[in-house]
Amino acid sequence: MLPENLKENATAAALEAFDGGAVLSGKFDRGELTIDVTPDKIVSVCGFLKYDLGFVRLSTVSGVDWYPAEPRFEVVYHLHSLDRNERLRLKCRLPGSDPQIDSVTEVWRGANWYERETFDLFGVRFRNHPDLRRIMLPDDWQGHPLRKDYNITGDRI
Amino acid sequence: MSDLLTTPIPESEAIEASGAKPRSLTLNMGPQHPSTHGVLRLELELDGETILKCRPDIGYLHTGIEKEFEVKNYQQAVTLTDRIDYLAPLSNNLCYCLAVEKLLGLEIPPLAQWTRVMLTELTRLNSHLVWLGTHAIDIGAMSVFLYCFREREDILRIFEMYSGQRMMTSYFRIGGLALEPPRGWQQRVRTFIEAFPGKVDEYEELLTNNRIWIGRTRGIGYMSIEDMLDLGISGPMLRAAGLKCDARKDQPYSSYEKFDFEVPTRTEGDVYSRYLVRIEEMRQSARIVKQALEGMPTGRWTADAPHVVLPDREKMKTQMEALIYHFKIVTEGFRVPAGEVYQVIESPRGEVGYYVIGDGTTHPYRVHVRGPSFGNLQGVPRMVEGTLIADVIASIGSMDFVLGDCDR
Repeated sequence: MLPENLKENATAAALEAFDGGAVLSGKFDRGELTIDVTPDKIVSVCGFLKYDLGFVRLSTVSGVDWYPAEPRFEVVYHLHSLDRNERLRLKCRLPGSDPQIDSVTEVWRGANWYERETFDLFGVRFRNHPDLRRIMLPDDWQGHPLRKDYNITGDRI
Repeated sequence: MSDLLTTPIPESEAIEASGAKPRSLTLNMGPQHPSTHGVLRLELELDGETILKCRPDIGYLHTGIEKEFEVKNYQQAVTLTDRIDYLAPLSNNLCYCLAVEKLLGLEIPPLAQWTRVMLTELTRLNSHLVWLGTHAIDIGAMSVFLYCFREREDILRIFEMYSGQRMMTSYFRIGGLALEPPRGWQQRVRTFIEAFPGKVDEYEELLTNNRIWIGRTRGIGYMSIEDMLDLGISGPMLRAAGLKCDARKDQPYSSYEKFDFEVPTRTEGDVYSRYLVRIEEMRQSARIVKQALEGMPTGRWTADAPHVVLPDREKMKTQMEALIYHFKIVTEGFRVPAGEVYQVIESPRGEVGYYVIGDGTTHPYRVHVRGPSFGNLQGVPRMVEGTLIADVIASIGSMDFVLGDCDR
């Protein structure tokens, strides 16, 4: 459900009209629109945003770890529409144990590396990703460094 | 045995007899190949000289900068942004500062905004000069490199004059500038910028109508706009294919809307057109610098926000309040309200984005950096597959990536 102040926003309203069940909440803060989306529907929502609302660019995908809160992980998609000269942020919240979400590589091929980066540094698995390997760290690396509970001070000897 | 040595066997028969099948050759280009300007490995699958498949391997320069942001306070973290894209440090400084300033709701005085514009445009010149020099040297035009580095030296001296540092300037701080603009900067910048368009003519004389240059670059490394948008490519590459897309015009920041400049575009989308676009960008940047020089406002160089900006030494020694603020900012840092901001600017390489999440403390909760090189490099396979191996160097050179920016 969208909050009242977002009903006027064209993009948010169009998304709500497309699939009301997919939109969990939204906010418009400091001139930036953020919409929370159900993780199961991310591919269809992104497809709609790209093909019907003109968000042709996926600027980046970032992960956020809210440890120890639950749902722990957030996958954040930063979209950009050139025609509307508008930016939009989509968020999906994922649980701490075995975080998984569908890959949006079928919508934007460019999502490939961004999702690999999120997988590498946060350990979020992207289903149906064509090539889900580590990208920054060596293949045999243990753990996911951008998680908040990752040991950064080294082991005590 | 002697028969075998003396009677030549036709090649095709020999292959058939051995039962071997024609197969492709896998070649590792990098991680230490000189043309990658850093540590990038391209795994190329070749059929003769044609590239069948290309798999870029990155991460050699990964330094965990995003993690390091979380243990620095907001102002300290500015120094990390320099090291992300070491050819455009000020662009990264600016983007990060704008993001945090947006979280804080700070108003930046005009002098600081204009100085920021002027220095980021000089950074663009600096970065394009390094690109042009190294791109030309990769393709075989040695002397351009020397010319470009001659001008780059002047720019680095200007940076040194401003900040005391040639490369890792960290000159933009949250709330404005690190120091007051130095005495006599106008003269230095004027001397440089008045001579600069003539220097660009010199580079063009060496390259633009050079038959070898055109032969090596025209029609090479083509990519369509659709492919580029889909793969997340931004910046001059996109403009060379005909899409007028520049954050300085579309979402102006730091008073770019007050400057008069063109966004150059071409339609060919090949290596040569990217060269022409960047050359024209240099001329436009010079125009912006000139406007900034002539219309530079006066006033303070830091925002009126005592809880964020360090007080003057004079005030600190005479006013109790200032001393308290100084102590708090230095020991603890300043608190930034909870919230999130995704700030985008146009760096020399394309779209730089900083996603900063604040949780109300003195340290950023999370900073994600969208480096343009990371997005652009994703397009390498699309650009080089099906072309000849000799063109790989021209193609990836035209992307103008910095591996530090890619791997972070």
